[in-house]
Amino acid sequence: MYGLGIAKGMIVTFKHLFRKPFTVQYPEEVVPRGSRFRGYEFTWYEDRCTGCASCAKYCPLGTINIVTHPEGDPKQGMDYAIDIFDIDTGRCMFCGLCVEACPYEAIQAGGPLDDATYDFESLYRDKHKLTEMAQEHLHGHDFTYPNGKQAPQPDEKPLHIGLPVERDRTR
Amino acid sequence: MVKTNGDAKLTLKTEEVMVNIGPQHPSTHGVFRMRVTFDGEVVTELEPIFGYLHRGSEKLAEERTYTQVITLTDRLDYLASMSNNLAYVLAAEKLAGIQPPERAMYIRVIMAELMRIASHCMGLGFFINDLGALATPLMYMFREREKILDLFELVCGARITFSYMRIGGVSGDLPEEFMPALVKFINEMPGYIDEYEALLRENEILISRTKDIAILTAEKAINASVTGPMLRASGVPWDLRKSDPYEVYDRFDFDIPVGSTGDTYDRFLVRLEEMRESVLIVKQAMEQIPSGPFRALAPALIHPPVGEAYAHVEAPKGELGFYLVSDNSIAPYRCKIRAPSFINLTVLRDLIIGWKLADLVVIFGSFDINMGEVDR
Repeated sequence: MYGLGIAKGMIVTFKHLFRKPFTVQYPEEVVPRGSRFRGYEFTWYEDRCTGCASCAKYCPLGTINIVTHPEGDPKQGMDYAIDIFDIDTGRCMFCGLCVEACPYEAIQAGGPLDDATYDFESLYRDKHKLTEMAQEHLHGHDFTYPNGKQAPQPDEKPLHIGLPVERDRTR
Repeated sequence: MVKTNGDAKLTLKTEEVMVNIGPQHPSTHGVFRMRVTFDGEVVTELEPIFGYLHRGSEKLAEERTYTQVITLTDRLDYLASMSNNLAYVLAAEKLAGIQPPERAMYIRVIMAELMRIASHCMGLGFFINDLGALATPLMYMFREREKILDLFELVCGARITFSYMRIGGVSGDLPEEFMPALVKFINEMPGYIDEYEALLRENEILISRTKDIAILTAEKAINASVTGPMLRASGVPWDLRKSDPYEVYDRFDFDIPVGSTGDTYDRFLVRLEEMRESVLIVKQAMEQIPSGPFRALAPALIHPPVGEAYAHVEAPKGELGFYLVSDNSIAPYRCKIRAPSFINLTVLRDLIIGWKLADLVVIFGSFDINMGEVDR
């Protein structure tokens, strides 16, 4: 009989009239994300970073710019002081290779999710802005890193927030 | 002399009109362009034009390290990124001689099969959308794809550009909450496929629009090296998972759905049945998956010995192959991608000529191409 197939299909459609809607009203309710969700902004912890530049080497797009100079006593174990650490988030594609590359878990994905900006320039973040974001995250999450580990309390080792400086892309 | 096909019997000869379809057109699945000549309503000539989405992925791969190329493969067939990842890492492992641990191989198989379900959901949904069933079946299929993407998000954190697989394994082990979620999904999925069948399989409009339309004979399909569901719809049981098993596919028991005539309806049915088989494979993989390491002890920066390697997988759209040449540096010397969508398009002109304008959209929809892969 012609029309039987269509009638069968309509029964399926009819059943869906009585189910609950799936819609989540976004700004009021937020769907919880898994622990590995990769859409968050990167946070960078200057106290953990040794300036090895693994993240910059792993980045397929070269969005991380890092300039260091050796510092300290070679007998004590020489360290690198970080002059510049910039992430150009506007070009970042959130592949997560830098997070995987960092041996000291200094760069982690787990910053803010809804950080749309009005201008492209503010997506270019220098180390002061990144430290500020990291501080914000630590204060908001009971001094826990995004990967779940405990961060030092502020009185143990003060994390500094530098003053924002004028950015120069020619550096 | 105008060729007639099916019920398109021409009695009145009209002046031929050339029409540009695309690159911005809702039925061309991306930025595909066809220069079509019509005689009345019947297509007499068709010229596919592509390259609007060309990003030079093969050339870009030559200046990236072997690990960084994985992020490029996500962007080829963006509805089946896991399969692209898999094909690339298989080629790179072959080149570097790295053997992934068993658990990693099982995880990859589960991911590839889930990706096949999601990709076929999209392929079928947009095919039905092209037929005129505006959005209702498509939304049903989007619902299941969404669930699969949620699973992927648990595992690797992303929903489209996964970059999950690594040379020698995968980037992370399955999280604790993944397996219960997967069991729940796999138990639900056959019911959803039944729902699609009830909705579409016996629908008279769908049958009259697709049955005996654009028949692709087995001989023609093989001559044009068409692969994937399009070839199997023509009655050729060629599936790389059976004919050249990679990873652990030889340990699973599954069938290859094969069509009988090779018309548009068969291409639709083969994809529907393949989703069922994929569910079966995932079920078996879930039972067999061993514990152990998920990643081989491979250096992060590999220098494969001078040589070449080709690895191919049965991607949702057909045979996806990666040909890599190494000159012992950190980046591939040459990376050639055999994209199934691109090669399947070679029979487009032969299939469409002689059919009407309304059939053109449907036949093209049954190809299930992805422009990210065609132009790469």
